[in-house]
Amino acid sequence: MIRLDGVGLTYGSGKTVTEALRGLSFSVPEGGFRWLLGPSGAGKTSLLRLLQLAARPTAGRLSVFEADIGRTPRAALPLLRRRIGMVFQDFRLLAHLSAFDNVALPLRIAGRPEGQVRADVTEMLRWVGLSRRSDARPAELSGGEQQRAAIARAVVCRPGLLLADEPTGNLDDTQAERLMLLLKEMNRLGATVLVATHNAALVARHPARALRLDRGRLVADE
Amino acid sequence: MSKAPSLRSSRLDDLGLRRALGDGMLPLLVAAMAFLAALALAGSAGAAALVRHWQQGAATTLTVQVPTPLLAATNAAAGTRLEAVLALLHASPGVTAARALSEQELRALLRPWLGEGAAASPLPLPAVIAVRLATDAADLADLQSRLAALAPGTLVESHGAWVHRLALLARSLQACAWLALAVVAAVAAAVVAVATRAGLAARRDAIEIVHGLGAADTYIAARFAARTTRLAALGGLVGSLAALPAVAGLAMLATPFVAAPAAPPPTFLAALPGELVLGLTALPLFAAAIGFVTAQTTVRLWLRRLP
Ligand SMILES: Nc1ncnc2c1ncn2[C@@H]1O[C@H](COP(=O)(O)OP(=O)(O)OP(=O)(O)O)[C@@H](O)[C@H]1O
Ligand SMILES: [Mg+2]
Repeated sequence: MIRLDGVGLTYGSGKTVTEALRGLSFSVPEGGFRWLLGPSGAGKTSLLRLLQLAARPTAGRLSVFEADIGRTPRAALPLLRRRIGMVFQDFRLLAHLSAFDNVALPLRIAGRPEGQVRADVTEMLRWVGLSRRSDARPAELSGGEQQRAAIARAVVCRPGLLLADEPTGNLDDTQAERLMLLLKEMNRLGATVLVATHNAALVARHPARALRLDRGRLVADE
Repeated sequence: MSKAPSLRSSRLDDLGLRRALGDGMLPLLVAAMAFLAALALAGSAGAAALVRHWQQGAATTLTVQVPTPLLAATNAAAGTRLEAVLALLHASPGVTAARALSEQELRALLRPWLGEGAAASPLPLPAVIAVRLATDAADLADLQSRLAALAPGTLVESHGAWVHRLALLARSLQACAWLALAVVAAVAAAVVAVATRAGLAARRDAIEIVHGLGAADTYIAARFAARTTRLAALGGLVGSLAALPAVAGLAMLATPFVAAPAAPPPTFLAALPGELVLGLTALPLFAAAIGFVTAQTTVRLWLRRLP
């Protein structure tokens, strides 16, 4: 499902080059679950950006859904992206759209019929407990509510690969547990799931294999 | 509550372009361009009408004067000089008609110069032949020398020379008008491109998010193009409507030069030639096309920076 061979990622060019990732090699089978751990600045977000196909590796080989991303034509990437759900550390909701429209976005981009969009989004918002806030814009939502909207947007397409960057950062313990139940349920239904987090207690409560990064390198995969 | 999103969905402004590309500046600038384009079109149509009129008329007529028409031609077998000249004219390629003016016509023509006395003038009158040519390309020098060989002193007078110069002037005006149109179209495209780039910069975050969710370039470019097409069409419409009075006025002023002299003076809008009406109608469509193509191109080029 996911395979990396000596993958590197550098930001910028010329003098201001930052090497965010270097020599990453690992793989995650279909239906696998991984924690993604490491100190701040270790490169967790950068790795998830690569897996979300929001950036191409600057070195090595990356394959996702059995597609060699370095060789896949640009025009073929959107269809792959639609099979990937991503919860961003900073949510990245569209400020001028309601929670409903934000969650509906992936379905509408994929061209799903409006009836199905309505049913799926309503169901999803109910599941994350935002039914009564569906008309609110992100600015009118609390941090936790925004995070739940971002989670709803990531899973509403039933992605085959689910990436979550610090998804419990703004949630209380009950909400965090509820989110873990959702992620595990998605995983049980066949999705491959990667969750980047600093939350050691959460990891302790849900032991699973973990990829550990430090300064852009993979230091453990166990 | 659950109804509202679906009602809006078909026009869902997911990139927030209503604000990023929504100010009145783009339609206003396009309207100004369309106004200029309409004036250029009017100029071009007017010049074209003049050229056509002149070429159908004076450019293709000749006058041939035979000084002593009733003397025998150089080649006596050909009859009188007038007969010989007429016969040669009829046999010349490119001549569609050649007719000797009658005595009365001739005297009527001369009356302004000779007064009423012209009717009784003992002066020998030359014969005057009105010739109509198929095109204005005939070799007049050659014709003149062949005619003079039959009837010495015969003169071929072309009305074409000055008409040619006027037609050349009119054609140059027409070329300038087309050049102006091309420049106006280029400026309109540049205006749309600048507005689109500003919109792209303003909505970069939203574009990246939508791109990350699997939107193809087609999807994003279509959002921008729908907006610029609508705004440019609006501008084109306003511009050509605003130009209508000026253009109709010009057309009315031009009517006496291009219409049959006997035609009654036209009413205001009826003065517009059909091709000009067509051009003015096409302006908003053309503006819309510029808006569409420019936005599509600009957005697609810009999107290449995203993976
Ligand atoms: N857009 C960027 N341009 C330049 N450098 C960047 C960019 N994004 C990240 N970096 C750098 O890359 C390195 C890894 O950053 P990344 O965001 O992947 O870390 P992280 O593990 O997600 O950290 P955190 O736990 O704080 O979210 C850092 O040194 C960061 O400064
Ligand atoms: Mg991060």
